[in-house]
Amino acid sequence: MTILELRDVGMTYPTTPPVRALRGVTFSVEEGELVVVVGPSGSGKSTLLHVMGTLDRPTAGEVAVAGHRVQDLSDRELSALRSRHIGFVFQQFHLLSGYTALDNVADGVLYTGRPLAERRRLAGEALRRVGLGHRLTHTATKLSGGERQRVAIARALVGGPSIVLADEPTGNLDSATSDSIVALLEELHRDGVTIVVITHNREIAGRFPRAVGLRDGMVEYDASREALG
Amino acid sequence: MEPGLVPSRLHFADVGRTAVVGLRTRKLRAALSALGIVIGIASMVAVLGLSESSKSDLLAQLDRLGTNLLTVQAGQGIGRGSGRLPEDAAAMVARIGPVETTSTVSNASSNVYRSDLIPEGQSGGLSVQAVDLNLLDTLGGAVAHGRFLNEATAQFPTTVLGSVAAERLGIVGLDDRPVVWLGDRWFSVVGILEEFELSPDLDRAALVGMEAAETYLGSENIPTTIHVRTDPRFVDDVIAVLGATANPESPEEVEVDRPTDALEAREAAEDALTALFLGLGAVALLVGGVGIANVMVISVLERRAEIGLRRALGATKRHVAMQFLGEALLLATVGGVGGVLLGAGVTTAWARFRGWDVLLPRVALIGGIVAALLIGTVAGLYPAIRAARLSPTEALRYE
Repeated sequence: MTILELRDVGMTYPTTPPVRALRGVTFSVEEGELVVVVGPSGSGKSTLLHVMGTLDRPTAGEVAVAGHRVQDLSDRELSALRSRHIGFVFQQFHLLSGYTALDNVADGVLYTGRPLAERRRLAGEALRRVGLGHRLTHTATKLSGGERQRVAIARALVGGPSIVLADEPTGNLDSATSDSIVALLEELHRDGVTIVVITHNREIAGRFPRAVGLRDGMVEYDASREALG
Repeated sequence: MEPGLVPSRLHFADVGRTAVVGLRTRKLRAALSALGIVIGIASMVAVLGLSESSKSDLLAQLDRLGTNLLTVQAGQGIGRGSGRLPEDAAAMVARIGPVETTSTVSNASSNVYRSDLIPEGQSGGLSVQAVDLNLLDTLGGAVAHGRFLNEATAQFPTTVLGSVAAERLGIVGLDDRPVVWLGDRWFSVVGILEEFELSPDLDRAALVGMEAAETYLGSENIPTTIHVRTDPRFVDDVIAVLGATANPESPEEVEVDRPTDALEAREAAEDALTALFLGLGAVALLVGGVGIANVMVISVLERRAEIGLRRALGATKRHVAMQFLGEALLLATVGGVGGVLLGAGVTTAWARFRGWDVLLPRVALIGGIVAALLIGTVAGLYPAIRAARLSPTEALRYE
């Protein structure tokens, strides 16, 4: 089943002169796939993430997430789509400093209307899944960088989304910690989670089974690791 | 909603929880901005509470003194008469239907001294008044030491001193059987009175019986003041006819007063002050509201990343607006409750200190909280709308 589908997606920012951040981007992600989008800075990665995550609408082409065509949906419907179907992991983690790890993760399903007790139960499970079962009551400020990113990954997973979008998940981490985060993503992939990772780091990109190369807002290549050699 | 999509939802309790955490992470700033509301609400509650408590004290005082006491005096000065009432004025006034009692006071045109050695000019501003025996009942006065004049003592050279007169003559008690030099002879002091609340001129007088005044002071006992107690239902009717009854020949020369009017006038003046202070309280409240708006606007700017994150987690624009409005309302509620408590505390302390009954009008207590909530809503609305309108991609760019 196709979870994410982009067809001829273009994005032009109405500046003077207009910036064409994406041009004719076409690819799809099947259920259970682990895909990396790789490209140098300025290649349109962030714009692509926003478009895939329905945080922004493309100016051309079609985007569908979990079978819902983004251009047909209202702002409220896009929020509903994000709350149930999309999990985000950001480079800056974006954890709330006043919250414990547990409540940060529980907020991942805040807007689904589930009661607090259930949100916390799910959050506990998600944190154990990323190896942080012993850090539930720590506030975000008391966690290491790697732990923070694990909390952010748990928050993306907690609602059982159709797809997890990770934007430079290792960008703020040292190489040892980066390795453990990549290993965690691979493990989640083996468990059947659909994941799209965005990175500028070719070395990390090489560890994923499928890579979509992005340059100047266009897809340069879309190949499996075997094909890339 | 498109089929297959479940709308994003945010429970009311979660709005509250999010607001509490949001403020807890910025404690000092939250406390300072709530303080503005506390001061505004507290001053309004205290002003209303104190004015109500003092009013209740006045009502109790009026109740005790009665508003049915009238005084009839001879007008004095050019065009206002000779300063004399007709001899039979009291008897005629007593014949007015609703009049319950009358009590006459007549200036005995004498002075009172501590001893016969005091020079005549040093009268101490004290007067000698011949009075009826029912004076205390009519005026609601009381004896501090000794007794008031009675049928027997009113005929002899005895006197009862007003509170100020006793003080100025240096007489504090009756144990050493004090005497005073009054007219041209010694008078025994048989009593000292408490302060009159409605007739301060009698506090500065030595009171003697009508017969004694006639016998020993050569007074003609022309009434100078007649105190009149009426049926409380007909006070205005009595006032209307009092002048003509007391002096049928020249009613315009008669001054009729209701002494409690002065107390009510004082209260009216206090009411004007209350309105002024209420206005100041409202200004403080407004400034407090501006403080909250300011803090919330800054908060929205600082927390753009959080707003972006929440939109990514599935919050709608409305949810984001509710979160910031919730924080503003929580600030205002904390300020309102704090203000009501502080205002009630100040009222209680001051009323106790003044010996008033503590009266906290419900309208001030509930109104204080409602006003705080209104201010919070108005102050929080603009920042909340600003937060909601932020584009998620724009917001996520900030750290």
